[in-house]
Amino acid sequence: MEPASTNRSPASNIETASGDEDSLALFQVRGISKRFGPTRALVDVSLSVQVGEVLALIGENGAGKSTLLKTLSGAHFADAGEMFIGGQSYRPKGPSDARQRGVAMIYQELNLAPDLSVEDNILLGQKGTGGGLLMRSRQRDVVRQALDSVGLEHLDPQSVVGDQSVATQQLIEIARALAANAKIILFDEPTSSLPQKDVARLFEIVRGLQASGIGIIYISHFLEEVREVADTYSVLRDGHNVGCGRIDEISDDQIVSLMVGRDVNDLYPHVPHTPGLAWVQAEGIMGTPYPQNVSLSLRRGEIFGIAGLVGAGRTELVRSLFALDHLDAGIVTVDGTIVPHKVRARMNAGFGLLSENRKTEGLAQDLSLTENITMGSLENYTELGLINLVKRQRVASDLMTKMEVKAHSSSQLVSELSGGNQQKVAIARILHQQAEILLMDEPTKGIDVGTKAEIYRIMGTLAAEGKTIVFVSSYLPELLSVCDRIGVMNRGELREVRDVADWTEETVMATAIAIDDTTNEE
Amino acid sequence: MADANPNWIKRLFTSQLGPVFALVVIVVFFSIAESILASGVFTSTRNLRVIMSSAALIAVPALGMTIIIIAAGIDLSAGTTLTLCGTVFALQLQNSPVPASDPAFVGTMLWALLLTVLTGCACGFLNGLLISATRVVPFIVTLGTMTIFLGIGQIIAGESTVYAPKENIPQWLSLCFTGSQPDKYLIPGVLIPTSVIIAVVLAIAVGLLLRYTVFGRNVFAIGSSESTARLCGINVPVMTVAVYTLAGFFVAIGGLLYFADVKNGNPTDGTGKELEIIAAVVLGGGSLTGGRGSILGTIVGALIITVIRNGCTLLSIPNTYTHIIIGCIIIAAVIVDQLRHGSPEWFFRLLPAREGR
Ligand SMILES: Nc1ncnc2c1ncn2[C@@H]1O[C@H](COP(=O)(O)OP(=O)(O)OP(=O)(O)O)[C@@H](O)[C@H]1O
Ligand SMILES: [Mg+2]
Repeated sequence: MEPASTNRSPASNIETASGDEDSLALFQVRGISKRFGPTRALVDVSLSVQVGEVLALIGENGAGKSTLLKTLSGAHFADAGEMFIGGQSYRPKGPSDARQRGVAMIYQELNLAPDLSVEDNILLGQKGTGGGLLMRSRQRDVVRQALDSVGLEHLDPQSVVGDQSVATQQLIEIARALAANAKIILFDEPTSSLPQKDVARLFEIVRGLQASGIGIIYISHFLEEVREVADTYSVLRDGHNVGCGRIDEISDDQIVSLMVGRDVNDLYPHVPHTPGLAWVQAEGIMGTPYPQNVSLSLRRGEIFGIAGLVGAGRTELVRSLFALDHLDAGIVTVDGTIVPHKVRARMNAGFGLLSENRKTEGLAQDLSLTENITMGSLENYTELGLINLVKRQRVASDLMTKMEVKAHSSSQLVSELSGGNQQKVAIARILHQQAEILLMDEPTKGIDVGTKAEIYRIMGTLAAEGKTIVFVSSYLPELLSVCDRIGVMNRGELREVRDVADWTEETVMATAIAIDDTTNEE
Repeated sequence: MADANPNWIKRLFTSQLGPVFALVVIVVFFSIAESILASGVFTSTRNLRVIMSSAALIAVPALGMTIIIIAAGIDLSAGTTLTLCGTVFALQLQNSPVPASDPAFVGTMLWALLLTVLTGCACGFLNGLLISATRVVPFIVTLGTMTIFLGIGQIIAGESTVYAPKENIPQWLSLCFTGSQPDKYLIPGVLIPTSVIIAVVLAIAVGLLLRYTVFGRNVFAIGSSESTARLCGINVPVMTVAVYTLAGFFVAIGGLLYFADVKNGNPTDGTGKELEIIAAVVLGGGSLTGGRGSILGTIVGALIITVIRNGCTLLSIPNTYTHIIIGCIIIAAVIVDQLRHGSPEWFFRLLPAREGR
């Protein structure tokens, strides 16, 4: 069906890339196509990476970015197209084959064995592991060196990976790639689950890799990040290459319109809404270890932001409001009535929670979109005890359309969707629950620029309808643009709540990192 | 043209009809082999009836096991629960004060049926309760209750087999499982073995339950991701208890059919039956990691096991080899099932490449 994009002789290992300037490329990809059933995820995509170049791969949710990197790293097998490393034909039979040829991928959801030691993880899958003792000691050096070069000089190689922070685990993955002599490293949204300070550290490491001649392809939805770290860009839209060049020769607006195929003029659309009376109260919420004695009151029709560092107890707070975690003390009242500490009771009182962990908790990956959207609230569809499947399907499809979920049908499995589209399905579910108090933990994680604007607009509309939104985010610009009030958490405590006008990025950060117990005064 | 091949293979694997296809292949294989090497009775209607009614014995308890497996559980105690139920039933009939011909026997019978079903449900309830309360994995919990139920059965049976006297077994009960005599069915004129009718009715009921009720959909939700189910307000502990209790009901019905077949209650007979029941579910596409399984598949799985056993007997293959064959088929089925569900792309890479188009 796709046009014969390349005419080439049967592949052979010694085949070399032709063309003058192209042959200088470290990594070259030509005419890659990949389809999943009816979905054409990649159509005739080409790109090249030079030694020491950082290429940013940009595009909307479902544009095919992850699929492209998975194809390059051997996790998917291209339907058509060819690839070259340093002019040599490259056709990985699988991820480990790709690794041996020097291509390593760092997944967004990290791929380490949590129960094994750092050293074992780094050596995992390498040739000659587990040989004699001598071998082992030489490999120790390799491990040490790899850890040193990603700035983990103080990490004990014998410590267990599962005990390390997400940021450290990510660095361990990079060390693993280095230990395997990677020449090309592919990053899929590496910063989306990192705290701010670790992002800076990651960038330093990326620059180090670049200086040592490694080629890098980097997916990100944050344009400012892309500008900071990348030399060149390549934009994908619906599986097609729609533009590429040097990053300093294009403006943000131009990138965005390349991505979405039209102009997006307002990144933070504002839907007018006026917060009303306080109706939800939480008093003395205590958990182990977090939250620490948090009290707050939420008004109808307001967007309440919660800022703070990763690990400050923001997630724990919204989870205890939803009664998902055990609580040591505290009560929650809605309209003056105490709501028992049970998920069902909280849901009936109007609470809905969007989990920050969409892969393992937010969605059942093996079930269809319809199933996920309607899970837990099927009562509306039962007639004489039986579910009206047609009606359910219709409602789910409507929500899919409303959220602009990119899928070919509502009976598709969630695991087949791109990361951002999965997130939209998770949001569709709390809309489906008709929640009045929406607890949204990192709702824009992994979501493209255009859709982010769409989500802010939906939040605004819901607030205008009188609903209450609790918006947890690590991305300050969005909190400051979207919220009515912001509370900052610091080590489990809700330190300070102010109207958004009284906060700046600096004061939020200062409160979030303040070490003393007294609140930070401006 | 060359690339039509892998597509065709892929489509066959990806469709739900995999187990049915396997069954057809096995039936065709035995029909041919048996007509060449033996007397050709494999395809006779009589033999088909034997196969179907024996398959019903596995299928009925496997219906409950399907629900459990979809909910990401397992029940190793199903076999001993089944014969415990049979033993409870046999004891009631043995101790009946009046013979089956007496009108007062109705009371005894109702009591016996009720007690049997309650036993099955109680066993399931205990399993479910232990699993939700202790949060120990179902495999271990039911491994424990498997021997507990065996022990209880042996105690109430007085450590021997419970025989119900012939006059205490009503005619209709024996007709529930008649094996091969076409003139002796519960509903005269309908030449379908009664056990098959029972199995089909129950299967349709469970099929509807799983597909069209909130309970059924919640079973799938819990099986595919327990934490997501919790997030959606599904009461996982209560559901777990309900699932195992319901499965206990089907095991009890299986116990009744088993009694109708052998006319006695021997608690030790059940050991090993659970594996057959689980195998039926797995052959039918059930995944032990939960979230997947179907009633149609389970029925087909039960048929596959029975057909192989029956065919091997007719071919005079010793029982010992039959075990090996069934084992191989189960492993092959699981491999095929993994292929159907995508992940090992390596398999499709072995097929002729399609890039040359
Ligand atoms: N295993 C799969 N089976 C079927 N379709 C798939 C599969 N993987 C991806 N797709 C489809 O391919 C398209 C591209 O998905 P991909 O994950 O590459 O998007 P993406 O650009 O990484 O998006 P995001 O920014 O949301 O992560 C999507 O339409 C997706 O639904
Ligand atoms: Mg992606």
